[in-house]
Amino acid sequence: MITLTFIALVTLAAAAVAMSQRNLIHSALLLVASWAGIAGFYLWAGAEFVAFAQILVYVGAVSMVVLFAVLLTRRSHAELAIAPASVKRILAAIVAGGAVLGALFGAVLSTPLASAAAPPPAISVKALGAQLLGRHTASVLLIAVLLTVALLGAVVIASTNSKEDAP
Amino acid sequence: MLGSGIIKGLAVTAKNFVGSYHDPARMVTEQYPEERPKLPEAYRNFPFLVTENATDPMGTLRCVACQICEKECPPQCIYIEKSKDKKPDATGKPQLYPAVFAIDTSVCMSCQICVEVCPFDAIKMDQVFEVAATNRFTGLLLNREQLAKPNSYFHQIHPTDAHEVDTRLAAERKAAEEKAKAAAAAKAAAAAAKPATPAPATATPAAPKPAAQPPTPPTA
Amino acid sequence: MNSSGLSLLSAHLPVAAAADGLLERLPLTLRDTFVQWFPAPTQWLLHHLISIVGILAIFGLFFAFTTVAERKLLGRLQNRLGPNRAGVPKFSFLPFHLKHKLFGLTQPFADAVKALTKEDIVPAAADKLLHFLAPVLVVAFSLLTFAVLPFGRNLIPVELDAALLYFFAAGSATELTIFMAGWASRNKYSLLSAMRALAQVISYELPLLLSVIPVVLVAGTLSTQEIVVAQGFWTFGLLPHWFIFTPWGAAGFLLFLVAALAESNRSPFDLPEAESELIAGHLTEYSGFKYALFFMAEYFGLTALSGLGVTLFLGGWQAPCAFLQFIPSYLWFMGKLVGMIVFFIWVRGTLLRLRIDQLTRLSWQFLVPLALINLGNAAFWALTGAWSGPLQIVRWAVSAALIVVPFVLMGRSLTRGQAPRTYRYAT
Repeated sequence: MITLTFIALVTLAAAAVAMSQRNLIHSALLLVASWAGIAGFYLWAGAEFVAFAQILVYVGAVSMVVLFAVLLTRRSHAELAIAPASVKRILAAIVAGGAVLGALFGAVLSTPLASAAAPPPAISVKALGAQLLGRHTASVLLIAVLLTVALLGAVVIASTNSKEDAP
Repeated sequence: MLGSGIIKGLAVTAKNFVGSYHDPARMVTEQYPEERPKLPEAYRNFPFLVTENATDPMGTLRCVACQICEKECPPQCIYIEKSKDKKPDATGKPQLYPAVFAIDTSVCMSCQICVEVCPFDAIKMDQVFEVAATNRFTGLLLNREQLAKPNSYFHQIHPTDAHEVDTRLAAERKAAEEKAKAAAAAKAAAAAAKPATPAPATATPAAPKPAAQPPTPPTA
Repeated sequence: MNSSGLSLLSAHLPVAAAADGLLERLPLTLRDTFVQWFPAPTQWLLHHLISIVGILAIFGLFFAFTTVAERKLLGRLQNRLGPNRAGVPKFSFLPFHLKHKLFGLTQPFADAVKALTKEDIVPAAADKLLHFLAPVLVVAFSLLTFAVLPFGRNLIPVELDAALLYFFAAGSATELTIFMAGWASRNKYSLLSAMRALAQVISYELPLLLSVIPVVLVAGTLSTQEIVVAQGFWTFGLLPHWFIFTPWGAAGFLLFLVAALAESNRSPFDLPEAESELIAGHLTEYSGFKYALFFMAEYFGLTALSGLGVTLFLGGWQAPCAFLQFIPSYLWFMGKLVGMIVFFIWVRGTLLRLRIDQLTRLSWQFLVPLALINLGNAAFWALTGAWSGPLQIVRWAVSAALIVVPFVLMGRSLTRGQAPRTYRYAT
């Protein structure tokens, strides 16, 4: 329980500080720390494969995408205008945050949690692979196609941008 | 096929590796403090002063303090003070000598102009390259005593040059002696009877003189 | 002749029956006797601490001597001597001085003292925290990868089900530190070099992973220890069944070597910090011990990748012949590891640095397609595991053709129009 609290504190603190930072690179790196915290949570929960996949994909790859995006799109500090806090913005933030919070709470409350500590299910990587490429082949393929389309779309957007910038 | 060049390259370096252990001709490294480099004869770095006699270096300096080198030196690293008295030089003629002769080797650029302009073959280029000092003002400013090195040392480092200089100096000395003898004989003859023709210079045996650098006769 | 994944479980028996003698268990015995001096509640902690300290000590020294071995070997490969001066230091409290030069083997310690006593310069505009964190994290991440390498029959720090995934997860985290180093320096050239280095590392992550997947496919597991166990067979007790001695394994090993070279920024792929062209790439603003830490992490990464190569393709700690099993397994592992590193040094002494376009083209146009073909090849090998008799020859022939033919064809098409180079001054 202490471990879980610690992991949760690190993850949430990193995420909270990431939001409050003005320096975008610092925010991005703190976000990476937060992802690493989530990986730690998976590890604590006994889901080794998911934890390492989380590190490999998020800390290794997605963080690069984020950092490259920040570096390539950001202009000078002067142009970085923060909109003034208005009543409308605060209301929108409360509504959006409340909706997400409500959805999460609803999901947690409606899940039947075992009262006693159940023995952690021993899932081998092999079994996981068999599940992913056996029963859930269709979803895996769909996600793969979706990601490829997203990647191609990003390339297309980037290429049209560069044409305008070209001298 | 793709990659064959890489294999060839690896073979070359492997050959180098094996060869470096049994073929000393491959290794070009000189392990300096233990293995001294063999310097070429023409190697030079800083000037030194030639003395005739190793036992009395200050008394037999060839330098006559004519100060030509001091004036010619491009970076002006030579400082000379003439002596008040005179000492007999190599040919026996009384000459001035340098009371102070200093070379700042931190300024010297090893151009050898001082050697080329010296009419007395008194300054030559040395081959000592380990001149590191802990103090750049006193350590690198060499005085008369530090600069003086015997003629035998000159023979050791530049044998060809030294041999040529020695033959030339010997010839000059001989010529001067004969000239003095002839002058003495002529004076005696003149004193004895009527004036006679002085002994011509062509009567002396021809010394092997280099064309580019005509030796300045010791007599004025 | 059957080394496919199905026979894995039965494989444990002959291995366990092999010589598990005194020498083999020596590291464990030492650890257990040491741990027994301490109270029981702290023993589990000490168990792990000893593993950690052992890795740090052994691979720290290994790193130190790799640097001096590298310099000496590079020298010999180029007909030079290499460092041979640093010997026994003179201690003022000792009445005598051993004036032996020890073949220059104390050079790394002299270098360490030099790096430690150098001034640590941090640019005024730098992001102080990240500038400090980058070298620390890069060493930490590169050390993490050692945790899953099986150094011996009983010597594996952490036995994980998804060990390979862990290895690559820890390895990919070092990319982040490259970016941190480049960005925190507040130097345009550092940042640009960091981007270049990242482009290289990301490009070669793919062929590296793709060259490893065939091993996972055939061994049927992600656990490094089980992969080693899967290679523990001998034909007639003489010919080892390491994965490198199969067509797909040999191809995979070569692909792995190239990708590992690029992944650890070694020559001929050392352009992120090309010493003679850039100053030091993303490490331009680093000096003293921080620079030494990056250097150290690079060598740790190289050692870890070599160890992975040994584990996956060269039979890990398995002896090459059945009768050589009396030699402890960890010695076999270290021997193979040293062999890999010597090979990497040999390559560094031979090949020239690539341009960035050549580097990325090699990855995307050659290595990645070849690795994908090799994956199919390994699938064929795994499916035909039951073939025997004359069909074995067919299996080997088909598998070899599946990798040699694409290699030759792709090599031809990529080098078409490029006449063989002639060198005017080289013989």
